[in-house]
Amino acid sequence: MDRIGVYLELKDGNVKPTNFELLTLVQQAGREVTGIMFGDDPASVLAGVAEYRVNELVHVGGLGGDGYKPEVWAANLADVIRERGLGDCLATCSAQGRDLFSRVAARLEAALVNDCTSVDLEARTATKPMYGGKVIARIRMTSDCRLYTLRPNSIIPAPAGGGGAPEVIPLKAGTVASGIEIREIVKDIADKIDLTEAKIIISGGRGMGSAESFAVLQKLAESLGAALGASRAAVDAGYATQDMQVGQTGKTVNPVLYIACGISGAVQHFAGMKTSKVIVAVNKDPEAPIFEKADYGIVGDVFEVVPLLTEEFGRALSE
Amino acid sequence: MNIYVCVKQVPDTEARIAPQGEGTIREEGIKWVINPYDELAVEEALRLKESQTNGEVIVVSLGPQRAQEAIRMALAMGADRALHVVCDEYLDHRLVAKALAGAIQSDGTPAMVFAGRQAIDDDAYQVHLRLAHLLGITAATDVREFAWGEGGIRVTREIEEGALEKLTLAAPAMVAVARGINTPRYPTLPNIMKAKRKEIKQLSLADVGVTEVVNHEAILDLTAPPEKAQGRVLKGEHAETVPELVRLLHDEAKAV
Repeated sequence: MDRIGVYLELKDGNVKPTNFELLTLVQQAGREVTGIMFGDDPASVLAGVAEYRVNELVHVGGLGGDGYKPEVWAANLADVIRERGLGDCLATCSAQGRDLFSRVAARLEAALVNDCTSVDLEARTATKPMYGGKVIARIRMTSDCRLYTLRPNSIIPAPAGGGGAPEVIPLKAGTVASGIEIREIVKDIADKIDLTEAKIIISGGRGMGSAESFAVLQKLAESLGAALGASRAAVDAGYATQDMQVGQTGKTVNPVLYIACGISGAVQHFAGMKTSKVIVAVNKDPEAPIFEKADYGIVGDVFEVVPLLTEEFGRALSE
Repeated sequence: MNIYVCVKQVPDTEARIAPQGEGTIREEGIKWVINPYDELAVEEALRLKESQTNGEVIVVSLGPQRAQEAIRMALAMGADRALHVVCDEYLDHRLVAKALAGAIQSDGTPAMVFAGRQAIDDDAYQVHLRLAHLLGITAATDVREFAWGEGGIRVTREIEEGALEKLTLAAPAMVAVARGINTPRYPTLPNIMKAKRKEIKQLSLADVGVTEVVNHEAILDLTAPPEKAQGRVLKGEHAETVPELVRLLHDEAKAV
């Protein structure tokens, strides 16, 4: 049986944890993996995936670092897929994975399903939420090459252990004329946790009342290693920045735990976070629709409840 | 200067979506609107036109007859005219991109193409990049800032939490916009009236080069996601409910 191509996305030279979901998916389907990486250093990647079975690692180098160059990477990845005859390829549905795979799909005229929540490699079928998560679609692909990007936190990683180090296949990247020049990457806060990949999210709504009061959520987020999100109402009111917005016209998130603070729970917000495994609501209005969607709720003032929560989590985590 | 902007008609975000057979949804009672991200794209196209002396904004859309309402909305915002590929059947993303490319190429040479980062119905995030490839132009997605200049097109895009990437794109380019790029204007009444007289050129699939429909992506079915069991609101003083919540999250939900 053909090997499954897995595009290994790196962050600062290291394998992102979301890749473990892809490797687990392939292992559980009983298939072998061709890992594909771009960058200078396969050693850190090999160390990163040591717990998982990767049968071979295609290392595309000679591009001067591991900074994403959209057209150059897409052309090279399309070549690797074509030349190695990979029928099915997986990536993480991140900003980079989605952009890269959509460009590759265009080049290969391949079918692509972005934002899958499950993939059946045998049936060449994937499920994905549509209409902001109001329905789940099952999509079958019938092209010679099939591409999937997987929503983070869709699969619980299960290390398969001790498969031995994969064979590394070094490839020198082909030169590609590109009309895209990357001038600069600006990071506002180093190592901020990505909302779409976060395991825990603390989110604030209009009920927070001001930008300053998000500090109370920040404290809770820090104690839990969580990312900070916001509703559209909070973003529109200027309490939170655009990149924090969760919802149908913001980010779609899929954490294990989502704590909604001062969020009433509009359908558009729910669309962006409904697949969260556990939803907690804190709101002073007992009639707020968020309580219908939450697994656990506390009716009360965010500014009383959240500091208590921070304290209590701190105590529980130190035990 | 031909500025093309892709527009899709989608159900309003408030709409109740009920699956019916063969991967379709029940259309009764649905309010159809212009895709919110495409509204941002139209606004950005109009701003570019207004900064130029000889710009024309041309809407490109694919969909059934009812998609005209979304096209009229874009015209009422200020777009000059429209190309409507009339299509009642399901097309996968490769074919949608091919049809849109065919429509643009049958009309003129693009100086710029704008689109939304995703449509909020199938959330596919890919037609813009497929279209750019077919047109042979550069592209950037998730764009939060756009500036047209002599030395190239400068954009800022969000790449991950807290990180922005600044790019220069060779023109012409496809720019797929995200929220935060602008606040779209509301059409004024006179402009709504004026839009009724603007040209919407209807094209068939054959007109845009899609002579045979062979889909490589097929929706087998749509189902409603499983309903969550009714949650629990913890009653009592915060001094009791907060520790109880932390215990439940740990022991029962195993979330922390």
